[in-house]
Amino acid sequence: MIDVTLQLARIVQAMPPVPASEVLHVSGQWWIGFILWCPLISLVLCGLCAACRVKSKLPAWITVFSLAISFVLTLLLAFMDTPPERVELFKWINVHWDGGSFVANFAFYIDSLTILWMSFVTGLGALIALYASEYMEPDVGRGYARFFAGISAFLFAMICLVMGDNLLMLYLGWEGVGFASYWLIGYYYQKPEAVAAAKKAFIVNRIGDLGLALAIYLIWSTFGTIQYNELITVLDAGTYLPVYENWSVQAIPYLLMLAAFGKSAQLPLYVWLPDAMEGPTPVSALIHAATMVTAGVYLIARMYPFFLLAPESLHVVAWVGGLTALLAATIGMAQYDIKRIFAYSTISQLGYMFLGLGVLTTYGAAYHVFTHAFFKAVLFLTCGAIMHGFAGQLDLRKISGLRRMKGWRIVSWTMFIGCLCLAGFPLTSGYFSKDAILAEAFVSQGPGFEVLGWMAIFTAFLTAYYTFRVWCRVCAGEVRCEPGDEHHGDDHDAGTHGGEFHPHAPRFAINIVLLLIAAGALLAAVPYFMGNEVEHVAGGWVADMVHDSTAAEGVPGHPEHPASALHGAEAHHGSILGMDPHVAMYWISACVGGLGLLLAFWLHLWRRQDADRLRSWLLSRFWTRWLPVAMENKWYVDEVYHAFIRAPLWLFGHIFYAIDRYIIDGLFVDGTARLPRLLARCFQPLQNGMLQSYAVTMAGGAVLIALLMLLMLQFFTGGAVS
Amino acid sequence: MTFQIASEFTQVSLAHFIIFSALLFVVGLVGFFTRRNLIVMFLCTELMFQAALVAFVAFGRYWFNYSGQVFVIFILTVAAAEAALALALVVLLHRRRGSLNADDWKELHEG
Repeated sequence: MIDVTLQLARIVQAMPPVPASEVLHVSGQWWIGFILWCPLISLVLCGLCAACRVKSKLPAWITVFSLAISFVLTLLLAFMDTPPERVELFKWINVHWDGGSFVANFAFYIDSLTILWMSFVTGLGALIALYASEYMEPDVGRGYARFFAGISAFLFAMICLVMGDNLLMLYLGWEGVGFASYWLIGYYYQKPEAVAAAKKAFIVNRIGDLGLALAIYLIWSTFGTIQYNELITVLDAGTYLPVYENWSVQAIPYLLMLAAFGKSAQLPLYVWLPDAMEGPTPVSALIHAATMVTAGVYLIARMYPFFLLAPESLHVVAWVGGLTALLAATIGMAQYDIKRIFAYSTISQLGYMFLGLGVLTTYGAAYHVFTHAFFKAVLFLTCGAIMHGFAGQLDLRKISGLRRMKGWRIVSWTMFIGCLCLAGFPLTSGYFSKDAILAEAFVSQGPGFEVLGWMAIFTAFLTAYYTFRVWCRVCAGEVRCEPGDEHHGDDHDAGTHGGEFHPHAPRFAINIVLLLIAAGALLAAVPYFMGNEVEHVAGGWVADMVHDSTAAEGVPGHPEHPASALHGAEAHHGSILGMDPHVAMYWISACVGGLGLLLAFWLHLWRRQDADRLRSWLLSRFWTRWLPVAMENKWYVDEVYHAFIRAPLWLFGHIFYAIDRYIIDGLFVDGTARLPRLLARCFQPLQNGMLQSYAVTMAGGAVLIALLMLLMLQFFTGGAVS
Repeated sequence: MTFQIASEFTQVSLAHFIIFSALLFVVGLVGFFTRRNLIVMFLCTELMFQAALVAFVAFGRYWFNYSGQVFVIFILTVAAAEAALALALVVLLHRRRGSLNADDWKELHEG
């Protein structure tokens, strides 16, 4: 015991004094920590509400209030205009030894990228919680508190992810949002589809998480630190270290990419997102449109210097993003469930963001994240209002003319605004952010980036088409509706009296949130004209934000590094149809968006029978028959995954189960246990109940042993025993 | 190992004691094998016990070592306790079956 104490004392003495940079950084803003603690407090209080079976809307108000505080504090932080700084909440992991250390404190790293992300995470979080207070009404007293606890947990994790000052905190948040999304997707846990979707989201995300864990390990083992400020100091030191050519540094971006593709639903791992629509709609809006899925984009933007060290990785990012955008858009075109259409459009828009990252416009990607968060939240929330009002009806063929129904005007017009932004209609926020990405695809030099650019323009056309397909079908046209089959709560039964269904129009909370977020979606175009301290890049405030952060497109250190040849120099400026891409793209994307919009109005509003005629014409031709079928069946991706991944895994699982059950358990474990029993059964007849026979056996045994000992003694001593 | 029986009958040697002890043991053993009465069987075990004690004392005396005798004292004490216990058991068994025949308890077997 004394030894151990001495040993400990020696270790403590041997530890070097904490470096000056590690001393608690008191920035004077004591309230910054509350951005993170508010959702945590709300989580605890909602948990208490659930435990006490509170039968009111109290949990919703707690959550809305605490998230609003977080948002206000974030705004304060944004207006203080601080340089990148660290704020330490408390010491978490602090291990030093000779020649190394592992430091991960519970601290914030606040730069403009953080503030950009935080502004919509907390702002939309608060608004969506307010929306959910009305949306989840039928569950008051049942799952209500559980739902809001989940929302709080999710925001706590997301804030950790975005504000964390090191990769370990990012990892904490990363796993936290994964868990919270499992919690919320599986909210309707009696529904088998919801449970399956929750499991699918969690498991698919685990694949990405593996990449993140390995990347963090490689970063630590190569650079000896996982704190952003130290990593950036090393990478921006102006010297190109030979270690950058090592496989480990080159592998980091690919691992980070895997993580980002999992969380942000990109090509190999996107399948969880459409299924995640089984959760309540506010969850879809919050997690699967506005915040969680942007974590992947954030990760790549934050770790951008690592990607610039391995420029080929950015080509992969660009191609995966472009292909995902196109694939998801084609699937979205042919779906009938409006929530699912918007789910695919989320995947498609995320594809754009990755395309932006890949073609070296982190600004474009970040701006698209920002605008997308607003308009996609609006679209999902209007979907939710429709679902809520029409008893779960989401089939766009079964609802029509919503804007002429009583009480639905706000929903249909806010949806219109969201659709305009998503379609990239000129002068809306989505238009500017999408242009930034599309133009850059022609500016940057990379393998097939020109093709990628045209593909992205075609995707923009499809986006405009499928977006307005929804709006024209649901909100315009003749007034007609069929209710869905979800009759939960008494107020819906009251709505169906007399055999006629009366939709249940949204009330104050939902309408106000829709109006606020729609206004946000429109106003998100304003930053494009504000600020702009950085030359030769349009994009105003967001561009400034990105340029001040770690996501700046500068290449660390080495001016002759291949990545710097990709971009930046005016001599390499690409062109499109002989014009400067940034200028040309305004016209091209406006035309493309307008065309898609007109096509949607033609096929789905003015002459709806033409859409059916087109479909039957396609189906009747042998060469085109596969197209609508494949698109409606989501290109059979789920089926392919099922056949090539799930089925073999299922088979392996059963084989291993059989091996475990019959060989390990049956033969080894049970077999070993059965052996003594078998042996015992051989001698069992000896115990026959006759006392004398026992005595004879015992005496006989003793005699036998004595004789044996005698014989052995004689054998070993050669009979020389006297 | 062979027993050296003393040539003069005037002296009592170790062998006498050992033979006596062995005879006593065999008497007990044979009694235990052949009788069915629980009390008699118990007495036979006591007989075997005493045979062992005689051997102890004899060897102790032979080697001029008092450990043997000390052992005897201890074993006697234990045997007394054991006898009390065993007789109590016999009384209980007798109450159950109304007889002292060991065969009455034949059903206490596995095979």
